[in-house]
Amino acid sequence: MRAALRKELLLQWRTRAQIMSVFVFGATSLLLFSFGVGPNSEVLRQFSAGFLWLGLLLSSTLTLAESFHAEMENRALEGLLLLPADPRALYYGKAIANWIQLSLLGTALVPVMVILYDAGTTRVLSLVGIIILGAAGLSAPGTLYAGMTAQVRAKQTLLPLLLFPLIVPALLASVKATSLVILGDPMQTLRSWLLLLASFDAIYWTLCGLLYPRVVED
Amino acid sequence: MNAENNRFPRTPYILLGLGAALFLFGSWWGLFLAPREQYMGDVQRIMYVHVPTAWNWMLAVIFAFVSAVMFLFTSNYKWDSRLEAGLEVSSLLAFLLCCQGSIWAKPTWGVWWDWDPRLTSVAVLLFAFVGIIALRNFVDDAARRAIWSSVATIIAAVDLPIVYFSVKWWNSLHQQPSSPKTVSSDFYIPLRVNAFAILFLMTGFIMLRARLASRRLANEVSTVPLMEAGETA
Repeated sequence: MRAALRKELLLQWRTRAQIMSVFVFGATSLLLFSFGVGPNSEVLRQFSAGFLWLGLLLSSTLTLAESFHAEMENRALEGLLLLPADPRALYYGKAIANWIQLSLLGTALVPVMVILYDAGTTRVLSLVGIIILGAAGLSAPGTLYAGMTAQVRAKQTLLPLLLFPLIVPALLASVKATSLVILGDPMQTLRSWLLLLASFDAIYWTLCGLLYPRVVED
Repeated sequence: MNAENNRFPRTPYILLGLGAALFLFGSWWGLFLAPREQYMGDVQRIMYVHVPTAWNWMLAVIFAFVSAVMFLFTSNYKWDSRLEAGLEVSSLLAFLLCCQGSIWAKPTWGVWWDWDPRLTSVAVLLFAFVGIIALRNFVDDAARRAIWSSVATIIAAVDLPIVYFSVKWWNSLHQQPSSPKTVSSDFYIPLRVNAFAILFLMTGFIMLRARLASRRLANEVSTVPLMEAGETA
């Protein structure tokens, strides 16, 4: 699995221009969301957490769909499956790489959010923690579905179609937790949202790992 | 590949006939015999189709989930056809639920939609299942289609309780839930009759749809060249 992870990270590093463009895409969508609301800074601040996560979610479909691109060229996936390695290792390597990438992307979008929506916070560490947990929730099922949809026609449409309904609880918990960090948490409910997010992550990291070998078998 | 689903050729038609008759009877009872509800008036009578639809929707989702699990364990294509039928019928029921719910909610609550956990879970699962049906249509290889849609169905079904509880939590923080309705015995008979009516209709539809799916599958496999058929079977 370490080798698989190393391969993924190396590939991502070599295609960093692509990550850069995904970041620009995310930042642009944050900019556009504010036009959907109008120049009301109070409302924008209130919705900032939701916009941040929607921006990250939209960007994630780009990075996730791209993550199986290398395997599809020259039927490299079949070659990888012939190796005497567990396909689960391949899955977890890819999922962790996507997780890291999405966490970095989400963290990079935070300053954009702070500037555009005036949504600053002093609890930067908890904000980064929420982004890491939320990115885990996106990447586990996202990697599995990307592995399926990369092999069919119309993959650009199918991946969000399958992924978006599924990650509703993760999105909800991430948005709620983020806005509690930004807007203040008078009722001390942050912990329970983080718990919900963590259990979503635990369930899907286990379940998708169990099911992945069936997805790639032939 | 033994995927016939055809042991009882006439059963689905009998079920459909029985279900339709019961449904007419139960709805007639609900519309004309059952007393008028005190606060909501005649609008409440939609409950006689809405609540039975909801119960049967849950059964259909469980059926689809069980079919998906059984396919992954047995690799018997009979379960793939049943999964296809379960996915489509439960999507239909979920769509009906959303429509009936909106018709009821507009005069009662004044809005078409409310972020109630049950409503939201039905809608989320409807979208998830429609996505899986789309996936099935885009995959040409029968073996892959069966495995992938089973995997996706399991993942979506596991999501259902998580969606329910997270939305419940999310909503309870800023909104009071509406008061629970107590159901008196006058309302009970048409409710029960319609529950069985929709159960029979649903089972009939699922059986017919599964039969259609397995015939299509058999046709698909027999028309591809022999080599490929050997690979997919």
